[in-house]
Amino acid sequence: MVKLKRIRLFDVVNFVLLAIVAFASLFPFVHMASVALSSPEYVIRNEVGLWPKGLQWDALTAAVGDERLWIGYRNTLLYVVLGTSISMLVTMLGAYSLSRRNLLLGQPIMMLIVFTIMFNGGMIPFYLVVKSYGLLDTIGAMVLPNAINTFNLIVMRTFFQGIPKEIEESGRIDGLSDIRLLTSIVIPLSKPVLMTIGLFYAVEIWNSFSAALLLLRNPDLYPLQLVIRNLVVVGQAGDVLETTSASGRRVVLESLKYALILLGCLPIIMVYPFIQKHFEQGALIGSVKG
Amino acid sequence: MKSSIIKRFKRDRIYLLLLVPLLLYYALFRYAPMFGIAVSFLDYNLFKGFWASDWVGLKHYNMFINNPDAWNIIRNTLVLGGLKLLFLYPAPIILAILFHEMRWKKYRRFVQTVSYMPFFLSSVVVSSILIMLLSPSTGWINQLIVSLGFEPIYFLQQSEWFRPIYIGSDIWQHVGFGTIIYLAALSSIDPQLYEAAKIDGAGRWKQTLHVTLPGIVPAMVIVFILQIGGILELSFDKAFLLGNTATLETSDIISTYVYRIGILGGSFSYAAAIDLSMAVISFLFIYSANKVSRRVGETSLW
Repeated sequence: MVKLKRIRLFDVVNFVLLAIVAFASLFPFVHMASVALSSPEYVIRNEVGLWPKGLQWDALTAAVGDERLWIGYRNTLLYVVLGTSISMLVTMLGAYSLSRRNLLLGQPIMMLIVFTIMFNGGMIPFYLVVKSYGLLDTIGAMVLPNAINTFNLIVMRTFFQGIPKEIEESGRIDGLSDIRLLTSIVIPLSKPVLMTIGLFYAVEIWNSFSAALLLLRNPDLYPLQLVIRNLVVVGQAGDVLETTSASGRRVVLESLKYALILLGCLPIIMVYPFIQKHFEQGALIGSVKG
Repeated sequence: MKSSIIKRFKRDRIYLLLLVPLLLYYALFRYAPMFGIAVSFLDYNLFKGFWASDWVGLKHYNMFINNPDAWNIIRNTLVLGGLKLLFLYPAPIILAILFHEMRWKKYRRFVQTVSYMPFFLSSVVVSSILIMLLSPSTGWINQLIVSLGFEPIYFLQQSEWFRPIYIGSDIWQHVGFGTIIYLAALSSIDPQLYEAAKIDGAGRWKQTLHVTLPGIVPAMVIVFILQIGGILELSFDKAFLLGNTATLETSDIISTYVYRIGILGGSFSYAAAIDLSMAVISFLFIYSANKVSRRVGETSLW
Protein backbone atom coordinates (compact mmCIF):
# COMPACT_ATOMS: atom_id res chain seq x y z
CA MET A 1 0.00 0.00 0.00
CA VAL A 2 1.32 3.40 -0.90
CA LYS A 3 1.55 5.56 2.13
CA LEU A 4 0.51 9.09 1.37
CA LYS A 5 2.66 11.64 3.04
CA ARG A 6 0.89 14.62 4.42
CA ILE A 7 1.82 17.93 2.91
CA ARG A 8 2.13 20.50 5.61
CA LEU A 9 2.29 24.23 5.65
CA PHE A 10 6.05 24.06 6.14
CA ASP A 11 6.49 22.11 2.91
CA VAL A 12 4.65 24.81 1.00
CA VAL A 13 6.66 27.58 2.63
CA ASN A 14 9.87 25.69 1.94
CA PHE A 15 8.91 25.23 -1.70
CA VAL A 16 8.28 28.93 -2.08
CA LEU A 17 11.49 29.93 -0.28
CA LEU A 18 13.57 27.68 -2.51
CA ALA A 19 11.77 29.05 -5.55
CA ILE A 20 12.81 32.54 -4.45
CA VAL A 21 16.41 31.38 -4.06
CA ALA A 22 16.39 29.87 -7.55
CA PHE A 23 14.79 32.97 -9.03
CA ALA A 24 17.27 35.30 -7.33
CA SER A 25 20.20 33.20 -8.56
CA LEU A 26 18.99 33.18 -12.15
CA PHE A 27 17.33 36.57 -12.50
CA PRO A 28 20.44 38.70 -13.13
CA PHE A 29 21.51 36.45 -16.01
CA VAL A 30 18.09 36.34 -17.62
CA HIS A 31 17.59 40.08 -17.25
CA MET A 32 21.07 40.77 -18.58
CA ALA A 33 20.44 38.66 -21.67
CA SER A 34 16.99 40.21 -22.22
CA VAL A 35 18.25 43.79 -22.13
CA ALA A 36 21.22 42.92 -24.31
CA LEU A 37 18.91 41.44 -26.94
CA SER A 38 16.09 44.01 -26.86
CA SER A 39 15.67 46.88 -29.26
CA PRO A 40 16.52 50.38 -28.00
CA GLU A 41 13.01 51.84 -27.79
CA TYR A 42 11.99 49.26 -25.17
CA VAL A 43 15.26 49.55 -23.26
CA ILE A 44 15.02 53.35 -23.10
CA ARG A 45 11.48 53.16 -21.77
CA ASN A 46 12.65 50.63 -19.17
CA GLU A 47 10.16 48.06 -20.33
CA VAL A 48 12.41 45.04 -20.44
CA GLY A 49 12.14 42.61 -17.57
CA LEU A 50 12.53 38.88 -18.02
CA TRP A 51 12.03 38.53 -21.78
CA PRO A 52 13.64 40.42 -24.64
CA LYS A 53 11.32 42.83 -26.43
CA GLY A 54 11.89 43.56 -30.08
CA LEU A 55 14.60 40.93 -30.36
CA GLN A 56 17.72 42.22 -32.09
CA TRP A 57 21.41 41.39 -32.06
CA ASP A 58 22.93 44.82 -32.64
CA ALA A 59 24.18 45.35 -29.08
CA LEU A 60 25.74 41.91 -28.99
CA THR A 61 27.43 42.36 -32.37
CA ALA A 62 28.66 45.80 -31.31
CA ALA A 63 30.13 44.25 -28.15
CA VAL A 64 31.66 41.35 -30.05
CA GLY A 65 33.08 43.86 -32.53
CA ASP A 66 35.06 45.66 -29.83
CA GLU A 67 38.72 44.90 -30.26
CA ARG A 68 39.58 45.41 -26.58
CA LEU A 69 37.28 42.55 -25.64
CA TRP A 70 39.15 40.16 -27.90
CA ILE A 71 42.51 41.27 -26.61
CA GLY A 72 41.14 40.55 -23.15
CA TYR A 73 39.89 37.13 -24.18
CA ARG A 74 43.17 36.21 -25.82
CA ASN A 75 45.20 37.32 -22.80
CA THR A 76 42.97 35.63 -20.26
CA LEU A 77 43.07 32.39 -22.23
CA LEU A 78 46.85 32.55 -22.35
CA TYR A 79 47.08 33.28 -18.60
CA VAL A 80 44.67 30.47 -17.75
CA VAL A 81 46.47 27.84 -19.83
CA LEU A 82 49.99 28.90 -18.90
CA GLY A 83 49.15 29.73 -15.28
CA THR A 84 47.22 26.55 -14.58
CA SER A 85 50.04 24.45 -16.04
CA ILE A 86 52.67 26.16 -13.92
CA SER A 87 50.53 26.10 -10.78
CA MET A 88 49.62 22.44 -11.20
CA LEU A 89 53.16 21.30 -11.94
CA VAL A 90 54.72 23.10 -8.97
CA THR A 91 51.88 22.20 -6.60
CA MET A 92 51.97 18.55 -7.65
CA LEU A 93 55.72 18.08 -7.36
CA GLY A 94 55.80 19.94 -4.04
CA ALA A 95 52.82 18.07 -2.60
CA TYR A 96 54.34 14.76 -3.68
CA SER A 97 57.62 15.49 -1.92
CA LEU A 98 55.93 16.84 1.18
CA SER A 99 53.68 13.78 1.36
CA ARG A 100 56.74 11.62 2.16
CA ARG A 101 56.86 10.60 5.77
CA ASN A 102 60.06 11.70 7.52
CA LEU A 103 61.30 13.70 4.57
CA LEU A 104 64.47 15.56 5.52
CA LEU A 105 63.31 19.00 6.81
CA GLY A 106 59.74 18.08 5.87
CA GLN A 107 58.24 19.31 9.16
CA PRO A 108 59.85 22.77 9.28
CA ILE A 109 59.13 23.34 5.57
CA MET A 110 55.48 22.54 6.12
CA MET A 111 55.34 24.94 9.05
CA LEU A 112 56.87 27.73 7.01
CA ILE A 113 54.30 27.13 4.26
CA VAL A 114 51.34 27.08 6.64
CA PHE A 115 52.59 30.28 8.27
CA THR A 116 51.96 32.15 5.00
CA ILE A 117 48.22 31.51 5.42
CA MET A 118 48.27 33.49 8.63
CA PHE A 119 50.66 36.25 7.76
CA ASN A 120 51.60 38.04 4.58
CA GLY A 121 53.55 41.12 3.70
CA GLY A 122 50.60 43.01 2.29
CA MET A 123 49.99 44.82 -0.94
CA ILE A 124 52.83 47.35 -0.98
CA PRO A 125 55.78 45.04 -0.24
CA PHE A 126 54.26 42.51 -2.65
CA TYR A 127 54.13 45.15 -5.39
CA LEU A 128 57.67 46.37 -4.70
CA VAL A 129 59.06 42.82 -4.67
CA VAL A 130 57.38 41.85 -7.94
CA LYS A 131 58.60 45.12 -9.41
CA SER A 132 62.15 44.43 -8.30
CA TYR A 133 62.08 41.09 -10.16
CA GLY A 134 61.28 43.02 -13.32
CA LEU A 135 57.91 41.30 -13.66
CA LEU A 136 55.73 44.43 -13.91
CA ASP A 137 53.95 44.60 -17.24
CA THR A 138 54.92 41.09 -18.31
CA ILE A 139 53.00 37.86 -18.79
CA GLY A 140 54.98 36.56 -15.83
CA ALA A 141 53.16 39.01 -13.53
CA MET A 142 49.91 37.16 -14.25
CA VAL A 143 51.13 33.60 -13.78
CA LEU A 144 53.95 33.63 -11.20
CA PRO A 145 53.26 35.80 -8.13
CA ASN A 146 50.00 34.00 -7.26
CA ALA A 147 50.95 30.63 -8.71
CA ILE A 148 50.49 28.62 -5.54
CA ASN A 149 47.36 28.50 -3.45
CA THR A 150 48.45 27.12 -0.09
CA PHE A 151 45.08 25.50 0.59
CA ASN A 152 45.27 23.62 -2.71
CA LEU A 153 48.77 22.46 -1.83
CA ILE A 154 47.66 21.17 1.56
CA VAL A 155 44.62 19.40 0.09
CA MET A 156 46.76 17.68 -2.53
CA ARG A 157 49.39 16.66 0.01
CA THR A 158 46.72 15.21 2.29
CA PHE A 159 45.32 13.25 -0.61
CA PHE A 160 48.72 11.86 -1.61
CA GLN A 161 49.35 10.84 1.99
CA GLY A 162 46.16 8.82 1.91
CA ILE A 163 47.37 6.55 -0.87
CA PRO A 164 48.05 3.14 0.72
CA LYS A 165 51.70 2.42 1.30
CA GLU A 166 51.32 -1.13 -0.02
CA ILE A 167 50.57 0.09 -3.54
CA GLU A 168 53.72 2.18 -3.53
CA GLU A 169 55.83 -0.60 -2.14
CA SER A 170 54.67 -3.03 -4.78
CA GLY A 171 55.64 -0.40 -7.34
CA ARG A 172 59.09 -0.18 -5.83
CA ILE A 173 59.48 -3.94 -5.92
CA ASP A 174 58.70 -3.73 -9.62
CA GLY A 175 61.68 -1.42 -9.84
CA LEU A 176 59.97 1.96 -10.32
CA SER A 177 62.07 5.02 -9.58
CA ASP A 178 60.76 7.85 -7.36
CA ILE A 179 59.67 9.83 -10.39
CA ARG A 180 58.08 6.89 -12.20
CA LEU A 181 56.24 6.18 -8.96
CA LEU A 182 54.68 9.64 -9.24
CA THR A 183 53.78 9.43 -12.92
CA SER A 184 52.52 5.87 -13.09
CA ILE A 185 51.01 5.27 -9.67
CA VAL A 186 50.33 8.43 -7.67
CA ILE A 187 48.96 10.61 -10.49
CA PRO A 188 46.59 8.00 -11.98
CA LEU A 189 45.24 7.27 -8.50
CA SER A 190 44.66 10.97 -7.80
CA LYS A 191 42.89 11.98 -10.99
CA PRO A 192 39.72 13.34 -9.33
CA VAL A 193 41.59 15.53 -6.87
CA LEU A 194 44.00 16.76 -9.55
CA MET A 195 41.06 17.60 -11.82
CA THR A 196 39.30 19.52 -9.06
CA ILE A 197 42.35 21.50 -8.02
CA GLY A 198 43.22 22.21 -11.65
CA LEU A 199 39.72 23.62 -12.16
CA PHE A 200 40.02 25.74 -9.02
CA TYR A 201 43.27 27.21 -10.30
CA ALA A 202 41.79 27.82 -13.76
CA VAL A 203 38.69 29.62 -12.44
CA GLU A 204 40.82 31.61 -10.00
CA ILE A 205 43.03 32.86 -12.82
CA TRP A 206 40.06 33.49 -15.13
CA ASN A 207 38.37 35.62 -12.46
CA SER A 208 41.42 37.40 -11.06
CA PHE A 209 41.25 41.14 -11.23
CA SER A 210 43.33 42.88 -8.56
CA ALA A 211 46.63 41.30 -9.66
CA ALA A 212 46.16 42.78 -13.13
CA LEU A 213 45.09 46.14 -11.68
CA LEU A 214 48.20 46.20 -9.52
CA LEU A 215 50.83 44.80 -11.86
CA LEU A 216 49.85 45.71 -15.44
CA ARG A 217 49.93 49.10 -17.16
CA ASN A 218 50.05 48.00 -20.79
CA PRO A 219 46.51 47.64 -22.25
CA ASP A 220 47.76 44.95 -24.65
CA LEU A 221 48.29 42.67 -21.65
CA TYR A 222 44.99 43.37 -19.87
CA PRO A 223 43.01 40.24 -19.00
CA LEU A 224 39.29 40.06 -19.72
CA GLN A 225 38.21 41.09 -16.20
CA LEU A 226 40.17 44.32 -16.32
CA VAL A 227 38.80 45.06 -19.80
CA ILE A 228 35.21 44.49 -18.64
CA ARG A 229 35.81 46.70 -15.62
CA ASN A 230 37.20 49.51 -17.77
CA LEU A 231 34.36 49.26 -20.25
CA VAL A 232 31.47 48.87 -17.81
CA VAL A 233 32.49 50.31 -14.42
CA VAL A 234 34.76 53.10 -15.64
CA GLY A 235 32.44 53.60 -18.60
CA GLN A 236 34.74 53.41 -21.60
CA ALA A 237 31.98 51.48 -23.37
CA GLY A 238 30.51 54.85 -24.38
CA ASP A 239 32.96 55.27 -27.23
CA VAL A 240 31.66 52.10 -28.87
CA LEU A 241 28.32 53.84 -29.33
CA GLU A 242 29.81 56.50 -31.58
CA THR A 243 31.18 53.95 -33.99
CA THR A 244 27.94 51.96 -34.03
CA SER A 245 25.76 55.02 -34.59
CA ALA A 246 28.07 55.99 -37.45
CA SER A 247 27.42 52.63 -39.05
CA GLY A 248 23.66 53.14 -38.72
CA ARG A 249 22.98 50.53 -36.05
CA ARG A 250 20.84 51.43 -33.10
CA VAL A 251 22.43 50.48 -29.84
CA VAL A 252 21.87 51.92 -26.37
CA LEU A 253 24.58 51.98 -23.75
CA GLU A 254 22.67 49.80 -21.33
CA SER A 255 22.23 46.94 -23.80
CA LEU A 256 25.83 47.23 -24.84
CA LYS A 257 27.11 47.07 -21.26
CA TYR A 258 24.95 44.06 -20.45
CA ALA A 259 26.18 42.37 -23.62
CA LEU A 260 29.77 43.00 -22.49
CA ILE A 261 29.19 41.61 -18.98
CA LEU A 262 27.45 38.61 -20.49
CA LEU A 263 30.40 37.93 -22.75
CA GLY A 264 32.65 38.27 -19.71
CA CYS A 265 31.00 35.41 -17.85
CA LEU A 266 29.68 33.33 -20.74
CA PRO A 267 32.53 30.77 -20.77
CA ILE A 268 32.09 30.09 -17.05
CA ILE A 269 28.31 29.75 -17.42
CA MET A 270 28.79 27.41 -20.37
CA VAL A 271 31.24 25.03 -18.75
CA TYR A 272 29.54 25.26 -15.36
CA PRO A 273 27.16 22.28 -15.84
CA PHE A 274 30.10 20.04 -16.71
CA ILE A 275 32.43 21.06 -13.94
CA GLN A 276 29.87 21.51 -11.18
CA LYS A 277 30.43 18.02 -9.76
CA HIS A 278 34.15 18.57 -9.44
CA PHE A 279 33.64 21.78 -7.55
CA GLU A 280 31.24 20.16 -5.17
CA GLN A 281 33.91 17.58 -4.42
CA GLY A 282 36.46 20.33 -4.13
CA ALA A 283 34.43 22.19 -1.55
CA LEU A 284 34.32 19.00 0.48
CA ILE A 285 37.95 17.94 0.35
CA GLY A 286 38.88 21.55 0.95
CA SER A 287 37.05 21.44 4.23
CA VAL A 288 38.88 18.37 5.46
CA LYS A 289 41.67 19.18 7.82
CA GLY A 290 45.04 19.43 6.10
CA MET B 1 74.44 12.08 13.73
CA LYS B 2 76.08 13.86 10.84
CA SER B 3 76.34 10.77 8.75
CA SER B 4 72.65 10.05 9.27
CA ILE B 5 71.71 13.49 7.92
CA ILE B 6 73.89 12.88 4.89
CA LYS B 7 72.28 9.48 4.53
CA ARG B 8 68.82 10.96 4.71
CA PHE B 9 69.79 13.64 2.24
CA LYS B 10 71.02 10.99 -0.15
CA ARG B 11 67.87 8.97 0.31
CA ASP B 12 65.59 11.99 -0.20
CA ARG B 13 67.59 13.79 -2.86
CA ILE B 14 65.04 13.24 -5.64
CA TYR B 15 62.21 14.49 -3.44
CA LEU B 16 64.19 17.51 -2.33
CA LEU B 17 64.92 18.27 -5.97
CA LEU B 18 61.22 18.13 -6.82
CA LEU B 19 60.58 20.49 -3.93
CA VAL B 20 62.88 23.22 -5.26
CA PRO B 21 60.33 25.07 -7.45
CA LEU B 22 57.86 25.22 -4.59
CA LEU B 23 60.45 26.48 -2.11
CA LEU B 24 61.61 29.07 -4.61
CA TYR B 25 58.06 30.25 -5.04
CA TYR B 26 57.48 30.67 -1.32
CA ALA B 27 60.83 32.38 -0.85
CA LEU B 28 60.38 34.82 -3.73
CA PHE B 29 56.68 35.68 -3.50
CA ARG B 30 55.64 34.99 0.08
CA TYR B 31 58.67 35.49 2.30
CA ALA B 32 60.46 38.25 0.38
CA PRO B 33 57.44 40.59 0.78
CA MET B 34 57.48 39.89 4.53
CA PHE B 35 60.96 41.33 4.69
CA GLY B 36 59.90 44.05 2.30
CA ILE B 37 57.83 45.32 5.22
CA ALA B 38 61.02 47.08 6.23
CA VAL B 39 60.09 49.85 3.79
CA SER B 40 57.57 50.99 6.39
CA PHE B 41 60.49 52.11 8.55
CA LEU B 42 62.09 54.04 5.69
CA ASP B 43 61.24 57.09 3.68
CA TYR B 44 61.15 54.81 0.67
CA ASN B 45 61.83 56.47 -2.62
CA LEU B 46 61.39 54.55 -5.87
CA PHE B 47 64.38 56.24 -7.46
CA LYS B 48 66.73 55.97 -4.50
CA GLY B 49 65.83 52.33 -3.99
CA PHE B 50 65.74 50.27 -0.85
CA TRP B 51 69.26 50.77 0.49
CA ALA B 52 69.64 54.49 -0.16
CA SER B 53 66.31 55.55 1.37
CA ASP B 54 66.43 57.21 4.78
CA TRP B 55 65.62 55.28 7.95
CA VAL B 56 62.80 57.06 9.80
CA GLY B 57 61.78 54.50 12.39
CA LEU B 58 58.17 54.71 13.47
CA LYS B 59 57.36 57.97 11.71
CA HIS B 60 54.79 56.40 9.38
CA TYR B 61 53.13 54.52 12.20
CA ASN B 62 52.74 57.75 14.13
CA MET B 63 51.40 59.42 11.02
CA PHE B 64 48.78 56.70 10.62
CA ILE B 65 47.66 56.82 14.24
CA ASN B 66 47.34 60.60 14.11
CA ASN B 67 45.51 60.59 10.81
CA PRO B 68 41.78 61.25 11.28
CA ASP B 69 41.10 58.95 8.27
CA ALA B 70 42.73 56.07 10.10
CA TRP B 71 39.90 55.47 12.53
CA ASN B 72 37.38 55.72 9.76
CA ILE B 73 38.96 52.99 7.66
CA ILE B 74 39.68 50.74 10.63
CA ARG B 75 36.07 51.11 11.72
CA ASN B 76 34.82 50.44 8.19
CA THR B 77 36.92 47.30 7.92
CA LEU B 78 35.80 45.96 11.27
CA VAL B 79 32.13 46.83 10.75
CA LEU B 80 32.05 45.29 7.28
CA GLY B 81 33.87 42.18 8.48
CA GLY B 82 31.55 41.89 11.47
CA LEU B 83 28.43 42.30 9.35
CA LYS B 84 29.75 39.72 6.94
CA LEU B 85 30.16 37.22 9.75
CA LEU B 86 26.76 38.08 11.18
CA PHE B 87 24.85 37.57 7.94
CA LEU B 88 27.02 35.36 5.77
CA TYR B 89 27.63 32.75 8.41
CA PRO B 90 24.04 31.71 9.22
CA ALA B 91 22.67 32.04 5.68
CA PRO B 92 24.10 28.76 4.24
CA ILE B 93 23.11 26.87 7.40
CA ILE B 94 19.49 27.92 7.01
CA LEU B 95 19.50 27.17 3.29
CA ALA B 96 21.10 23.77 3.84
CA ILE B 97 18.34 22.85 6.30
CA LEU B 98 15.72 23.99 3.79
CA PHE B 99 17.38 21.79 1.14
CA HIS B 100 17.50 18.93 3.58
CA GLU B 101 13.80 19.23 4.38
CA MET B 102 12.79 19.34 0.73
CA ARG B 103 11.31 15.95 -0.12
CA TRP B 104 10.93 16.53 -3.86
CA LYS B 105 14.47 15.51 -4.78
CA LYS B 106 14.50 16.71 -8.38
CA TYR B 107 13.36 20.19 -7.40
CA ARG B 108 15.91 20.28 -4.61
CA ARG B 109 18.68 19.26 -7.01
CA PHE B 110 17.63 21.97 -9.46
CA VAL B 111 17.66 24.76 -6.86
CA GLN B 112 21.00 23.54 -5.54
CA THR B 113 22.63 23.57 -8.96
CA VAL B 114 21.28 27.00 -9.78
CA SER B 115 22.27 28.50 -6.44
CA TYR B 116 25.90 27.36 -6.73
CA MET B 117 26.37 29.21 -9.98
CA PRO B 118 26.94 32.79 -8.74
CA PHE B 119 29.93 31.51 -6.76
CA PHE B 120 31.93 31.12 -9.95
CA LEU B 121 31.43 34.66 -11.17
CA SER B 122 34.26 37.13 -10.88
CA SER B 123 34.10 40.14 -8.61
CA VAL B 124 34.14 42.32 -11.73
CA VAL B 125 31.08 40.62 -13.20
CA VAL B 126 29.18 40.74 -9.90
CA SER B 127 30.02 44.40 -9.36
CA SER B 128 29.15 45.28 -12.94
CA ILE B 129 25.78 43.57 -12.66
CA LEU B 130 25.12 45.45 -9.41
CA ILE B 131 26.05 48.78 -10.91
CA MET B 132 23.70 48.13 -13.81
CA LEU B 133 20.78 46.83 -11.75
CA LEU B 134 21.06 49.66 -9.22
CA SER B 135 21.41 52.49 -11.72
CA PRO B 136 18.97 55.28 -10.75
CA SER B 137 17.82 55.96 -14.33
CA THR B 138 17.89 52.60 -16.06
CA GLY B 139 18.45 49.91 -13.42
CA TRP B 140 15.77 47.32 -12.98
CA ILE B 141 15.60 47.74 -9.22
CA ASN B 142 14.95 51.45 -9.49
CA GLN B 143 12.35 50.81 -12.18
CA LEU B 144 10.58 48.67 -9.64
CA ILE B 145 10.86 51.35 -6.97
CA VAL B 146 9.54 54.02 -9.34
CA SER B 147 6.68 51.83 -10.55
CA LEU B 148 5.61 51.44 -6.93
CA GLY B 149 5.38 55.20 -6.74
CA PHE B 150 8.59 56.07 -4.92
CA GLU B 151 11.54 58.25 -5.84
CA PRO B 152 14.53 56.46 -7.40
CA ILE B 153 17.37 55.78 -4.96
CA TYR B 154 20.99 56.64 -5.81
CA PHE B 155 22.25 53.43 -4.23
CA LEU B 156 25.91 53.70 -5.17
CA GLN B 157 26.19 57.40 -4.36
CA GLN B 158 24.93 57.17 -0.80
CA SER B 159 27.28 55.92 1.85
CA GLU B 160 24.53 54.35 3.95
CA TRP B 161 23.75 51.94 1.13
CA PHE B 162 27.26 50.61 0.63
CA ARG B 163 27.19 48.03 3.42
CA PRO B 164 23.78 46.53 2.61
CA ILE B 165 24.78 46.24 -1.05
CA TYR B 166 28.15 44.68 -0.24
CA ILE B 167 26.73 42.18 2.25
CA GLY B 168 23.61 41.45 0.21
CA SER B 169 25.55 40.65 -2.93
CA ASP B 170 28.00 38.55 -0.93
CA ILE B 171 25.11 36.48 0.36
CA TRP B 172 23.73 36.18 -3.16
CA GLN B 173 27.08 34.96 -4.44
CA HIS B 174 28.10 32.60 -1.64
CA VAL B 175 25.01 31.24 0.09
CA GLY B 176 24.44 28.33 -2.31
CA PHE B 177 28.00 27.08 -2.47
CA GLY B 178 28.31 27.47 1.29
CA THR B 179 25.63 24.80 1.82
CA ILE B 180 27.79 22.00 0.38
CA ILE B 181 29.75 21.32 3.54
CA TYR B 182 26.56 21.27 5.64
CA LEU B 183 24.72 19.05 3.18
CA ALA B 184 27.53 16.52 3.39
CA ALA B 185 27.22 16.54 7.18
CA LEU B 186 23.43 16.25 6.94
CA SER B 187 23.54 13.29 4.60
CA SER B 188 25.68 11.38 7.06
CA ILE B 189 23.13 11.66 9.88
CA ASP B 190 21.89 8.20 10.80
CA PRO B 191 18.22 7.85 9.63
CA GLN B 192 17.56 5.76 12.71
CA LEU B 193 17.92 8.90 14.80
CA TYR B 194 14.93 10.38 12.99
CA GLU B 195 12.96 7.16 13.50
CA ALA B 196 13.78 7.17 17.18
CA ALA B 197 12.77 10.82 17.47
CA LYS B 198 9.46 10.07 15.73
CA ILE B 199 8.75 7.21 18.11
CA ASP B 200 9.41 9.58 20.97
CA GLY B 201 6.74 11.81 19.49
CA ALA B 202 8.92 14.53 17.97
CA GLY B 203 7.33 16.52 15.13
CA ARG B 204 9.16 17.95 12.16
CA TRP B 205 10.27 21.03 14.03
CA LYS B 206 11.49 19.04 17.04
CA GLN B 207 13.35 16.65 14.75
CA THR B 208 15.13 19.56 13.10
CA LEU B 209 16.01 21.00 16.48
CA HIS B 210 17.21 17.80 18.13
CA VAL B 211 18.53 15.66 15.30
CA THR B 212 19.36 17.81 12.27
CA LEU B 213 21.05 20.72 14.04
CA PRO B 214 23.27 18.65 16.36
CA GLY B 215 24.33 16.68 13.27
CA ILE B 216 25.92 19.72 11.67
CA VAL B 217 27.43 21.36 14.75
CA PRO B 218 31.00 20.17 13.99
CA ALA B 219 30.78 21.63 10.49
CA MET B 220 29.36 24.84 11.93
CA VAL B 221 32.29 25.15 14.32
CA ILE B 222 34.89 24.69 11.58
CA VAL B 223 33.25 27.22 9.27
CA PHE B 224 32.83 29.71 12.11
CA ILE B 225 36.51 29.55 13.00
CA LEU B 226 37.51 29.91 9.37
CA GLN B 227 35.33 32.99 9.01
CA ILE B 228 36.44 34.61 12.27
CA GLY B 229 40.02 34.21 11.12
CA GLY B 230 39.25 35.83 7.81
CA ILE B 231 37.21 38.67 9.27
CA LEU B 232 39.73 41.31 8.19
CA GLU B 233 40.43 39.70 4.85
CA LEU B 234 37.68 41.49 3.03
CA SER B 235 37.69 41.37 -0.70
CA PHE B 236 39.61 44.34 -2.04
CA ASP B 237 37.94 43.83 -5.40
CA LYS B 238 34.36 44.51 -4.46
CA ALA B 239 35.05 47.40 -2.12
CA PHE B 240 37.22 48.95 -4.82
CA LEU B 241 34.75 48.37 -7.66
CA LEU B 242 31.60 49.42 -5.80
CA GLY B 243 33.00 52.25 -3.73
CA ASN B 244 33.59 55.76 -5.01
CA THR B 245 34.49 59.18 -3.66
CA ALA B 246 30.89 59.82 -2.67
CA THR B 247 30.78 56.79 -0.37
CA LEU B 248 34.29 56.76 1.11
CA GLU B 249 32.77 57.35 4.54
CA THR B 250 31.68 53.69 4.60
CA SER B 251 33.30 52.04 1.57
CA ASP B 252 36.92 52.90 2.30
CA ILE B 253 38.52 49.84 3.92
CA ILE B 254 42.17 49.15 4.73
CA SER B 255 43.01 47.50 1.40
CA THR B 256 41.39 50.18 -0.78
CA TYR B 257 43.04 52.90 1.30
CA VAL B 258 46.45 51.24 0.99
CA TYR B 259 45.97 50.94 -2.77
CA ARG B 260 44.95 54.56 -3.16
CA ILE B 261 47.62 56.06 -0.91
CA GLY B 262 50.42 53.63 -1.74
CA ILE B 263 50.12 52.52 -5.34
CA LEU B 264 48.23 55.49 -6.80
CA GLY B 265 49.61 58.14 -4.46
CA GLY B 266 53.16 56.80 -4.26
CA SER B 267 53.45 56.95 -0.44
CA PHE B 268 54.85 53.44 -0.28
CA SER B 269 56.30 53.60 3.21
CA TYR B 270 53.20 55.09 4.82
CA ALA B 271 50.92 52.55 3.10
CA ALA B 272 53.24 49.67 4.03
CA ALA B 273 53.05 50.75 7.68
CA ILE B 274 49.25 50.42 7.53
CA ASP B 275 49.61 47.08 5.78
CA LEU B 276 51.84 45.74 8.52
CA SER B 277 49.64 46.95 11.35
CA MET B 278 46.70 45.18 9.78
CA ALA B 279 48.64 42.01 8.99
CA VAL B 280 49.64 41.75 12.65
CA ILE B 281 46.07 42.20 13.89
CA SER B 282 44.82 39.73 11.29
CA PHE B 283 47.45 37.22 12.36
CA LEU B 284 46.32 37.48 15.96
CA PHE B 285 42.71 36.85 14.87
CA ILE B 286 43.56 33.71 12.92
CA TYR B 287 46.02 32.41 15.47
CA SER B 288 43.67 32.76 18.41
CA ALA B 289 40.72 31.37 16.42
CA ASN B 290 42.74 28.25 15.73
CA LYS B 291 43.90 28.03 19.34
CA VAL B 292 40.31 28.21 20.57
CA SER B 293 39.19 25.57 18.09
CA ARG B 294 41.86 23.17 19.21
CA ARG B 295 40.74 23.49 22.77
CA VAL B 296 36.99 23.46 22.15
CA GLY B 297 36.35 21.07 19.34
CA GLU B 298 39.50 19.07 18.82
CA THR B 299 39.27 20.34 15.27
CA SER B 300 41.88 22.74 14.06
CA LEU B 301 42.73 24.09 10.68
CA TRP B 302 46.23 22.70 10.72
